[in-house]
Amino acid sequence: MTQRPRLADRADLLGGMMLAPALVYVIVLVGGPFVVAIILSFSTATAGSLSFEWAGLRNYRAILADPIFLRALRNTVIVTVGSQLLVVALATAAAQVFRATFRGKPLARFVLLLPWAVPVSLAAIAWTWIFDSTFSVLNWTLKVAGLLHGWLYWLGDPALALSAIIIVQAWRIFPFATVIVLAGLSSIPSEILEAAIADGAGFWRRLFRIELPLLTPVLAVAILFGVVYTATDLGVVYILTGGGPANTTHVLPTLAFQRGVLGADLGQGAAIAVFLLPFLILVAIAMLRLARRTEIGGGGRDEPT
Amino acid sequence: MNRRDARRIARRAGLYAAALGLMVFAGFPFYWMLITTFKQNRDLYVGAFDTSHVPWIFNDPPTLEHVRLLFGQTDFLRWVANTLLVVVVVIVITVAVAVPAGYSLARLTGRWGERLGMGIFFTYLIPPTLLFIPFSRVVALLGLQNSLGALILVYPTITIPFCTWLIMGFLRSVPWDIEEQAMIDGYSRLAVILRVAPRLILPGILTVVVFTFTLVMQEFVYALTFISSVDRMTVSLGVPIALVRGDVYHWGSLMAAALFTSIPLAIIYNLFIDRFIQGFTMGAVKG
Repeated sequence: MTQRPRLADRADLLGGMMLAPALVYVIVLVGGPFVVAIILSFSTATAGSLSFEWAGLRNYRAILADPIFLRALRNTVIVTVGSQLLVVALATAAAQVFRATFRGKPLARFVLLLPWAVPVSLAAIAWTWIFDSTFSVLNWTLKVAGLLHGWLYWLGDPALALSAIIIVQAWRIFPFATVIVLAGLSSIPSEILEAAIADGAGFWRRLFRIELPLLTPVLAVAILFGVVYTATDLGVVYILTGGGPANTTHVLPTLAFQRGVLGADLGQGAAIAVFLLPFLILVAIAMLRLARRTEIGGGGRDEPT
Repeated sequence: MNRRDARRIARRAGLYAAALGLMVFAGFPFYWMLITTFKQNRDLYVGAFDTSHVPWIFNDPPTLEHVRLLFGQTDFLRWVANTLLVVVVVIVITVAVAVPAGYSLARLTGRWGERLGMGIFFTYLIPPTLLFIPFSRVVALLGLQNSLGALILVYPTITIPFCTWLIMGFLRSVPWDIEEQAMIDGYSRLAVILRVAPRLILPGILTVVVFTFTLVMQEFVYALTFISSVDRMTVSLGVPIALVRGDVYHWGSLMAAALFTSIPLAIIYNLFIDRFIQGFTMGAVKG
């Protein structure tokens, strides 16, 4: 005999009710503004008035003809790719170090996590001081080591400033990538590595032939988050260079902020920010594929440990 | 000493060298905050072209002058208070919204819950730098410009998706047995949710609280967009923006502020890192 379940036992209904506030929040305050961002990019909206006029592709035509925008787009790609390459190298090295046992490991771990814990804006201001044109400790050290004869104006020269930005972005993201890679390393069955050692595979061979291929999905997660964090970051560039010297180091977020918020041209600011979307869509697709692959690959997920 | 020992020693030396190099790179800006905070101005402001003056060490005795300036003559404590206020309210909102949602996705909604969970997580990837322009309009319409209310409204858009996902993942690792047994014992679903589940989720809630705290401490973009009055700023905005007066950088006080804000966050990260990571790896790593 089946009984009609009471209200207090309807899992689907309770589930819907408990989920509703989160869904509403996300749809209204993430989905809504997301759509508005795209609509604004086709409008002449300004911050001062609430009037709204359709502008078609005018904002896009304007920015695509603007060398500052093209430079910002290029910088965003350079900074993202450059910093992520550094991140992969640093994180792979750091994960190898932290897998071993050594004296002072807890302290080393504490120090490793610092860049991630420090708020971006405060880290950026510390780096601004480190790269200071007069007092830069880097210049002092390079000079004393005999590696520098002239003078480096870290934040005053476009190429150097871009390198500084890449260094800071890699610095703040590699601890996160390291921790993720470590989690991945610990999930490689020890029998595989033991078998490899028994077969006489050395450190580099194990690293490149066994560990890195097995780590690919994990590394991919680290890189995908790294791409999102770097490409969409405003704080580092805003504080470090403010887009200068002479608008040469802008990235998309700082330029969108300058035009859209400081310059009050919401339409153009939104159009610039929309160019972040390709980065995000690529990342989202990659993540979905990755999630599907691990779903197929590993049945029986999350057995209690 | 045979060749095997030599190789072992070389490997250990390589390990320590690599560890040291990474520590120097990761920790250097923090060391720089520390030493700048306590240096006297005449020790601090010596041009780097003077190679006889070593900037890495205290050449004059340390001083508390910058710390005193920071706490006595700037709005730093005000910013700390503002930040904590936002932290508390955003935590309440996040826990109230994300915890039930995470439970629902893990326990009640079955197969489509998993897809929906993924969808909610993806909204976490939509960055503030894409949304700050429309939000500046929303905030203006609601009359919240230049108020902490704007931050309280907007920060949950970051914390709710991530924390819903965290709670969902956390519950998946908690066996269903206890709740099932309670239902066999005659509890209704609702009673299980109200009386049994809270105890099970408690560690997950702690992670949510910690994540929300660190996020609010670190957020910069929205604060920069919405807040213009110095007395309404949060720490991460006030320090880099308002402590710099015109072109005058008070590096001692600036670094003191960065240092004192970073220490609690660094400690928290050390304690909670593993839990955050579970949220990020989305099952690509099985713990």
